[in-house]
Amino acid sequence: MQTQTQTQKKETKVTTGRMTGAEAVIHCLLAEGVDLIYGYPGGAIMPVYDELYKFQDKLHHVLTRHEQGATHAAQGYARSSGKVGVAIATSGPGATNFVTGIADAQIDSTPMVCITGQVGSHLLGSDAFQETDIIGISTPITKWNHQVTKSEDIPEVLAKAFYIARSGRPGPVLIDITKDAQFGELDFEYKKCKGVRSYKPVPETDPKSLVDAAALINSAKKPMIVFGQGVILGEAEEELKNFIEKSGIPSAWTILGLSALPTAHPLNVGMVGMHGNYGPNKLTNECDLLIAIGMRFDDRVTGNLETYAKQAKVIHFEIDPAEINKNVKADVAVMGNVKNTLSDIITKIDTKTYEPWLKEFKDFDTIEYDKVIKEELYPSKEGLSMGEVLRGINQETKGDAIIVSDVGQHQMIACRYAEFTQSKSNVTSGGLGTMGFALPAAIGAKMGAPEREVVAIIGDGGYQMTIQELGTIFQTRVPVKIVVLNNDFLGMVRQWQQLFFDKRYASTEMVNPDFVTIAKGYHIEAKRITKREDLQGAIAEMIASKEPYFLEVCVEKENNVFPMIPTGASVSDIRLS
Amino acid sequence: MKKECYTISVYTENNVGLLNRISAIFLKRHINLDSMTASVSEIKDVFRFTIVVKITEEQVKKLVGQIEKQIEVIKAFYHTDDETIYQETALFKISSKLLFEDRNIQNVIKDSNANIVTVTPEFFVLEKTGRRKEVAALYGQLEPFGLMQFVRSGRIAVTKDQMHISKILESFSTETA
Repeated sequence: MQTQTQTQKKETKVTTGRMTGAEAVIHCLLAEGVDLIYGYPGGAIMPVYDELYKFQDKLHHVLTRHEQGATHAAQGYARSSGKVGVAIATSGPGATNFVTGIADAQIDSTPMVCITGQVGSHLLGSDAFQETDIIGISTPITKWNHQVTKSEDIPEVLAKAFYIARSGRPGPVLIDITKDAQFGELDFEYKKCKGVRSYKPVPETDPKSLVDAAALINSAKKPMIVFGQGVILGEAEEELKNFIEKSGIPSAWTILGLSALPTAHPLNVGMVGMHGNYGPNKLTNECDLLIAIGMRFDDRVTGNLETYAKQAKVIHFEIDPAEINKNVKADVAVMGNVKNTLSDIITKIDTKTYEPWLKEFKDFDTIEYDKVIKEELYPSKEGLSMGEVLRGINQETKGDAIIVSDVGQHQMIACRYAEFTQSKSNVTSGGLGTMGFALPAAIGAKMGAPEREVVAIIGDGGYQMTIQELGTIFQTRVPVKIVVLNNDFLGMVRQWQQLFFDKRYASTEMVNPDFVTIAKGYHIEAKRITKREDLQGAIAEMIASKEPYFLEVCVEKENNVFPMIPTGASVSDIRLS
Repeated sequence: MKKECYTISVYTENNVGLLNRISAIFLKRHINLDSMTASVSEIKDVFRFTIVVKITEEQVKKLVGQIEKQIEVIKAFYHTDDETIYQETALFKISSKLLFEDRNIQNVIKDSNANIVTVTPEFFVLEKTGRRKEVAALYGQLEPFGLMQFVRSGRIAVTKDQMHISKILESFSTETA
């Protein structure tokens, strides 16, 4: 059976023998190659924490300051490492605090296993202290979930959990373990899960679909590729690059497809979607063939579906059968892991170039540069722009950093202007749009890729939703770089209020605390920048630091992010102002 | 697109949370279920949900895709009424006095192809199995006499086509062997 994400780190020697359910949980994690988990203790999960204490040399536990932080950290870890992230919490409020992170991982296909404690099985349904029906609550937002009430079920269920989380289209799995199952004993033996009979992670590829797709590709006059996170999850970056280069087709990325191809690749024409680039959005409605690779036609990508790429034939390379024809009808659906289907299709297509067609993208780039990008990156106004901060970061990191962004204007600016040289470098909350995601996700991203620079770009609003995770950074000394782009507004909502609600700024102005003092309270080096002449030096100092570093940049209060496709409008009606 | 009546048949593992998972798919899309029935199937340890909805074919295709995506769902199908053999069962609880007080009710029962399940001095229970229309017709005839209780089951249906579930399960055991 194929699995989409890479296999976990080398398996440690698997233990067998008589033990408690709690100890079995630890041995299951070790058998899956897990050496790092995020969590928060509490009554119903205490037996497992007691075992964590004994195994702390093998299994490192990071104490976040809120269970939501544990889930986002596990997500960040999964996104930067390609491995399954693990989060653990107690019953009741511990479990419900997981909900946002689980929903985020579900919609962004992030492999994650969440373990929650539960009241003793004799108390289930009695409204016991800290009892909540987390299985019922998490059902619509998990790929799979299961409640364990018997100790002897723990190994099989956890093996299945990891298998399901990482295989096929990845996603979050929640395992709820009653306290008596943690205390009870079992004869432990761990067998890795190799398959679940009702679950086919990777659908078979119909050879005819490859032939049909190749025929469409070879005869197209104005083809365009849009690729998404499926390329990264399938570790198909090399195959994508080869396909693009042989076919010569201009290629755009979705927000979650960012970094799957180097930014500077000559056939990379930028980002599609609501705040994407001018050319790829406009030309979506002019291409004669749209090749979608590992992406799901989210409404933020397509705008109005009634007018989306109606003139084009559509080829959809996809692992999840439920995505085919869900939003956009595919003329040819190529099912399977894109790593395999792309390497198959390469042998069937002609080597081509599309110079005049590519020039149409470049011409739109020029328009966008003159009307939007130039002012964003090199502002003529006195106030600092978010774009010039990103330009400064690019300059210092040379595009090698992992950029973790939160949600809002700064996120769109980060995704538009951050430069990437390698894959798994963009960690953002795409589908769910979770404010508060970035700070904890950056902690996980750094731990998942310790050799890489990790820069979190966060707005002043989202930062305060999970600001307590500064405590986690302080305690672990994880050297993440935190950039808060402070405009004293919930900027994206304010932008919409300005454009669509006659400037009625309802509850979007923020009276903010002294962020530098707060960071310093956590003994994190911190600086505030208000003037352009101080910016680059501060960014350089931050990137050079081997320690966690907090940089607040006070930016222009009422800048807007453009281009923009208004909700419900067509992609070709993208506005530059 | 025209709304039609579709019978969705879902073959699943026997899992306590699956009903919730499947109904959540309908809830999320604000689709009302006409009926839902869960039972054992022709295969040991394999369960079967029979769900009836009135929606467009495009909607039902997407629903089946989302249902099949659930880990413990083995296979889901949708069929039109022409492609299935389907029945519902209804129970009518009626005061026994009526049997003697009103002759007409005896004629109604005789003509209805309904079975009398039980008779006590206080009440008798009539069981009628058939299409929705037939049950509704009988309801219409009995209702004026006064019903003590009435209940109707969800639809159960078998398809004219083969389902090949055993084959799907076999292919799994060869894949992982």
